[in-house]
Amino acid sequence: MAMASSCTQLCLQCRSLLCSKTVANTWQYYTQVRHCIRVTRVPTKILDGSSIIKGNHVTNQARQMRKQQMFCYSDLAAKHLATEAKEDKDVETSRADVVAYKSPLLPIRDAVPEIQVSLDLDTAAEFSALEVISDEEAVSISVPSAMPPASTSLRDYVDQSETLSKLVQLGVNLWKLEQRPNVGSMLLRLNFNTDVAPRLLFLKEIGVEDSRFGYIITHNPFILTESLENLQSRVNYLKSKKFSSENVASMVSRAPYLLNFSVKRLDNRLGFYQQQLKLSASNTRNIVARLPRLLCGSLESVKDNLKVCEIELGFKENEIQHIVIAVPKVLTANKRKLIQIFDYLHNIMKVPHNLIAKFPQVLNTKYLRVRERHLFLEYLGKAQYDPTLPNYLSLDRLVSLPDEIFCTELALATLEDFYLFQKTL
Amino acid sequence: MATPSIRMFRRLEGLFCVYKPSGVHWKLVRDTIETNLLKGLDAAPSQPLPQEVRFLAHPVSETEAPKGLALSAASVPVLSKHPLVTGPEFQHIRVGVGHRLDAFSSGVLVLAVGNGNKALNDFCRTRVTRGYTLEGEFGTATDDFSHTGRVVERSTYGHITQDKMDRVLAMLEGANQKALLMYSNVDMRSQEAYEMAVHGLLGPEGKSQPILTGLRCVHFQPPNFTLEVQCLNETQKYLRKVVHEIGLELRSTAACKGVRRTRDGPFTLQDALIHHHWTASDVIQAIRQYHSKKDQKYSHTQIKDPAFQSTEESTTTTRCNETGDEAAVGTIK
Repeated sequence: MAMASSCTQLCLQCRSLLCSKTVANTWQYYTQVRHCIRVTRVPTKILDGSSIIKGNHVTNQARQMRKQQMFCYSDLAAKHLATEAKEDKDVETSRADVVAYKSPLLPIRDAVPEIQVSLDLDTAAEFSALEVISDEEAVSISVPSAMPPASTSLRDYVDQSETLSKLVQLGVNLWKLEQRPNVGSMLLRLNFNTDVAPRLLFLKEIGVEDSRFGYIITHNPFILTESLENLQSRVNYLKSKKFSSENVASMVSRAPYLLNFSVKRLDNRLGFYQQQLKLSASNTRNIVARLPRLLCGSLESVKDNLKVCEIELGFKENEIQHIVIAVPKVLTANKRKLIQIFDYLHNIMKVPHNLIAKFPQVLNTKYLRVRERHLFLEYLGKAQYDPTLPNYLSLDRLVSLPDEIFCTELALATLEDFYLFQKTL
Repeated sequence: MATPSIRMFRRLEGLFCVYKPSGVHWKLVRDTIETNLLKGLDAAPSQPLPQEVRFLAHPVSETEAPKGLALSAASVPVLSKHPLVTGPEFQHIRVGVGHRLDAFSSGVLVLAVGNGNKALNDFCRTRVTRGYTLEGEFGTATDDFSHTGRVVERSTYGHITQDKMDRVLAMLEGANQKALLMYSNVDMRSQEAYEMAVHGLLGPEGKSQPILTGLRCVHFQPPNFTLEVQCLNETQKYLRKVVHEIGLELRSTAACKGVRRTRDGPFTLQDALIHHHWTASDVIQAIRQYHSKKDQKYSHTQIKDPAFQSTEESTTTTRCNETGDEAAVGTIK
């Protein structure tokens, strides 16, 4: 309709502008255009509507004849169009030109894309919208969901994706995962039944508790893409190194990346600890089982810490061994903090090396905690850490007791006094 | 609609002060407070998940009901609103820091949360004195004026007596008093200056050189001594330098062993939270105390008659507590 009316408008316009000279020509052109409209209408198979269209077409034409003064076109463009139409003898090309040229010029050009789209739909669609369909068909029609094709957040996909919603129910923190590069799309590509469920069953089989699944996947989503044979071979390796199955389960649940490391790498790391610390196999197993993070983290910082203990802090080799067996965390501790706390213990509290090695737990505490407790005891005149003298206070009791018990048992003061004392430091 | 954590955050907004331990940078204190407050806010119970009606397909076998619809309407929670998917509601809180304390010094540090930052700006712009205690030791001079610095000079201190010390302090106080008058920008021979001096309002507008308004020796036992200082626009380094200069003035040397701020404007040691108490619940309590104190001060200025004041005082405090509670309840709604 719109196309037809636009064509008529074009003709009218040509006629109005050029009527003095080329009336006959434009009339000829007009008939050509009308002919071409009829031609284009035929393949759309709206045969019964063509007469109506023609009628409308005629009324439109009449209406626009009355309004023709209102149209404001550039003379140049109109002339160009007219000459184009005159020269072109072929009906089809003239139509194409008209369509091509009218869009930037006509005020009703908004209708142009509309008519084109509707024409396409008419040829493409198989059903009419009014056709009655059965319930089965209605159900089988897939409604495109409101899922965006790309998003920065997994939030848009959680309700539609079975995998994601099951992971949320397991307690996986998707918000943390989506901040990591590529993890979001990796999770979306997984199928719950074929990818996720077998690995969870595998973890359950080796003895990991259900409540730890959320923690493990939150920290290491890549365990879901690791092949089952690899996982099994790594567990077998750990078991061959005489780790008990409970140990393996607790190690996996505390160090989620453990099973993503190849057997060779795990073997290298176990060997490293055994050689560097000159520990027996059972002791190595012991510290690794207590701190499985040792197998996952970088070895450089561990080497650094060992050097710090040996050279800067001046511990002997057997003392370092004892410290590491008692508190493996010393190996992964922050070097600067380790030095700070040792400096306070040794140079201000005057605790000798052998006592610190005897109570290595003090190296694992906070500097502020040691300092405020020591100063409080010193203020009360009770800071006496030498076991050979009376009123001896052991170092591990100094640092490990909670505040209330520290005040009542060691300082023999009230908690309020201890807090007030801290405001004088 | 306010969720529980938003309501909790409303109760957190305001000013409070903490006791900064020495050896810790103020930025670390601020970050620790922010982390702890966020932890507290996240621990608040989250909203129940909204439900949505969805048509779930049931696996119906073909032979049983080929014509029947294999769908049923069910109300399921919207997982996209789950806290594990959306992340914590609060990811940053604005925590502002008042007049700074450097890593070496300890004491009262004023912090502001949320809307309290506006009040903090006003508070920083007003001219309030801050109180410090300085611990000094005679006998050494160091390059950064503190006892941990590199020693540049050693000297004897046997000749120093309390009397000499007081004389030097009085001289220093006098010089600072003169500086105070100079920076106050009023004509000293005017009635206005007299009125201001009577009310103790003379002082620098905005920035100026550090000025000590009070200086007193509270403990003297050579080589150790303790000074109590009230000052304006100071830095902790300047205060350590004061200790150093006192040592030089006494024909000896001195190094500063500790700078402790005991008061920052109206915030005193009693209000300060030590680092065991840097949790959301304790901060809420401290902020409520701050608000009730502010209201109390306001209502006291309203009552002009001193005769009524003593009798009214108890009632006003109770009333203020009530209004404070009401305010808290009001934010909950």
